[in-house]
Amino acid sequence: MPDNLSTRPPTDPAQQELILAAVDKFLERDVVPHAHDLEARDEYPFEIVEQMKKLGLFGATIGEEWGGLGLDVSTYSKIVERVSAVWMSVSGIFNSHLIMAAAVERFGTEDQKRRYLPRFATGELRGGIALTEPDAGTDLQGIRTRAEKTADGDYILNGSKTWISNSIQGQILAVLTKTDPSAEPAHRGMSLFLVEKNEQFRVTRKLEKLGYKGIDSGELLLEDCHVSADNLIGGEEGRGLQHILGGLELGRINVAARGVGVARACLDESVRYAQIRKTFGKPIAEHQAIQLKLADMATQVEAARLLVESAALAYDKGERCDMEAGMAKLFASEAAVNNSLEAMRLHGAYGYAKEFNIERYYRDAPLLAIGEGTNELQKLIIARQLVKRNPV
Amino acid sequence: MKVLVPVKRVIDYNVKVRVKADKSGVELANVKMSMNPFDEISVEEAIRLKEAGKVDEIVAVSVGPQQCQETIRTALAMGADRGIHVLHDGDTEPLAVAKMLKALVDKEAPGLVIVGKQAIDDDCNQTGQMLSALLGWSQGTFASKLEVEGDAIHVTREVDGGLQTVQLKMPAVVTSDLRLNEPRYASLPNIMKAKKKPIDQVAPGDLGVDPAPRLETLKVEEPATRDAGQMVEDVAALVEKLRNEAKVI
Ligand SMILES: Cc1cc2nc3c(=O)[nH]c(=O)nc-3n(C[C@H](O)[C@H](O)[C@H](O)COP(=O)(O)OP(=O)(O)OC[C@H]3O[C@@H](n4cnc5c(N)ncnc54)[C@H](O)[C@@H]3O)c2cc1C
Repeated sequence: MPDNLSTRPPTDPAQQELILAAVDKFLERDVVPHAHDLEARDEYPFEIVEQMKKLGLFGATIGEEWGGLGLDVSTYSKIVERVSAVWMSVSGIFNSHLIMAAAVERFGTEDQKRRYLPRFATGELRGGIALTEPDAGTDLQGIRTRAEKTADGDYILNGSKTWISNSIQGQILAVLTKTDPSAEPAHRGMSLFLVEKNEQFRVTRKLEKLGYKGIDSGELLLEDCHVSADNLIGGEEGRGLQHILGGLELGRINVAARGVGVARACLDESVRYAQIRKTFGKPIAEHQAIQLKLADMATQVEAARLLVESAALAYDKGERCDMEAGMAKLFASEAAVNNSLEAMRLHGAYGYAKEFNIERYYRDAPLLAIGEGTNELQKLIIARQLVKRNPV
Repeated sequence: MKVLVPVKRVIDYNVKVRVKADKSGVELANVKMSMNPFDEISVEEAIRLKEAGKVDEIVAVSVGPQQCQETIRTALAMGADRGIHVLHDGDTEPLAVAKMLKALVDKEAPGLVIVGKQAIDDDCNQTGQMLSALLGWSQGTFASKLEVEGDAIHVTREVDGGLQTVQLKMPAVVTSDLRLNEPRYASLPNIMKAKKKPIDQVAPGDLGVDPAPRLETLKVEEPATRDAGQMVEDVAALVEKLRNEAKVI
């Protein structure tokens, strides 16, 4: 299962501190002042993306030999947490981009790595993963997008994809298709292609969302789209689902880290507000009902962070971590949902106001329970692994 | 030309500083430490001079405990070329640091030393001036603009009522003020590359300096908390309170 290509040596703690300090500075200077307005207008953060390119975030987990930073997931997840604590959408711009890159780095041919990874690492070429379709999300084996082999050995792709992050501003996507729709089991007939957008692979709609604004979620159409056989990841048909699921563990740890970030942002703002807001002659932090909320919120953040750390550590060691990543994703996303509602109660009307951040966290958090495998699915994965790892 | 930039490790400017229970100093355990913001400005200025082709080497120097290596690494990641760490546990006072810097200047022979005008921990605002005196070099303090022309340097200073520009003959010592520039943050790839840049470590003794403190801290206290405001009935009541309670008139 997990191949040891994904193992990374731990980052030296002093080095990690420098990296996180640089990320904090970027957030403080280039994201905090603009997040609220951009989000209110659902506007793509072009300037922030330029700064992210300069900072090097688009190459965070790509190997150093390809011009990336080669960071271990333990360090990477701390970056994601910090970014999400300020504005979750910004982390989405590099998260699914790096899942696409991980699929190429772990399973791609040498030629694919050489052609794409250096440009992915600088952010010159950006994108994400196109799996979901109008009729298939959780059940990916039910997708309909077809890739038919032509006489010259290349492929013609037809189908539609929806809810694809980074698909409007990005230039390239890893597209999950069926090369053999009659295969049994279905995943043996699934293949993953790197497809650059063009006339035959275009955006048909920008989707409107409750939260997670700013980042582009699009619906796309593949219409007799010609794709070179050189862009079939790994060069072999029938491995697509496996390739993408390999990347999804990284994706789940990453969504879990976002959950920690959002849950922590809710906690931090609540701890501050509770000391400033006074009712009945004292700061609300001195009312026991508020103290109970703060204690629960803080405990959720701490527990979620530890789950993420332990899943990230397992991933970095190349150990099987689908159950660990599933637990981290499940718990941390629920912590974010829970803390955003608690923070809203604690802030009273100010929590409900567009002027402040709490209502944004409240609108952003539920995505974490849906994306990257719904939480219901995570429970199924956890339970299956539990039984499998503990046979009677 | 070579530029020497001293960088001090201080409590991060975002941290709310707490006084130790025994009033001997401030709490340092588990507190985030960073490069003194004025030193970041100095590093940035040196990098800009290098980018403009006026400087070919930037040496970052830090005096303090082992963790100062991180402060030097930050300077290296921003764009400094190499570092010198004077390892010293315990308090650092401006005069001792100025003497150590003088010894390093004698050895390194830079054309310019850019020092932060003050460190945000002790707010001394002395090291640059002391260094210039020890070296017998010209000094341009509180620089808000800096221009190198041949072997002269123009330093613009913010003074009461306007701007003053002085011309110094190099070598010189300049101290940087807040508006000199907005320092860049290091990019992550540069942080990775900075791992490979060299940092030399020396002891104060190697520089012939005795770092033993000459000052004694008697007591450190929190600033007094402000009392709530009072509403007064009329001007007469105000004057009465100013005179008899506040005793300011
Ligand atoms: C903002 C946003 C961004 C997204 N970005 C991307 C992207 O970049 N790329 C991409 O490919 N997709 C993306 N998605 C899609 C996302 O991955 C899917 O929405 C998700 O996988 C769920 O699929 P679905 O919406 O089709 O729900 P369904 O699969 O229809 O599920 C509906 C409900 O049934 C439950 N369910 C399904 N199967 C089972 C089962 N076997 N047992 C018990 N319960 C079950 C689910 O948990 C859920 O509660 C994004 C979605 C959103 C909202």
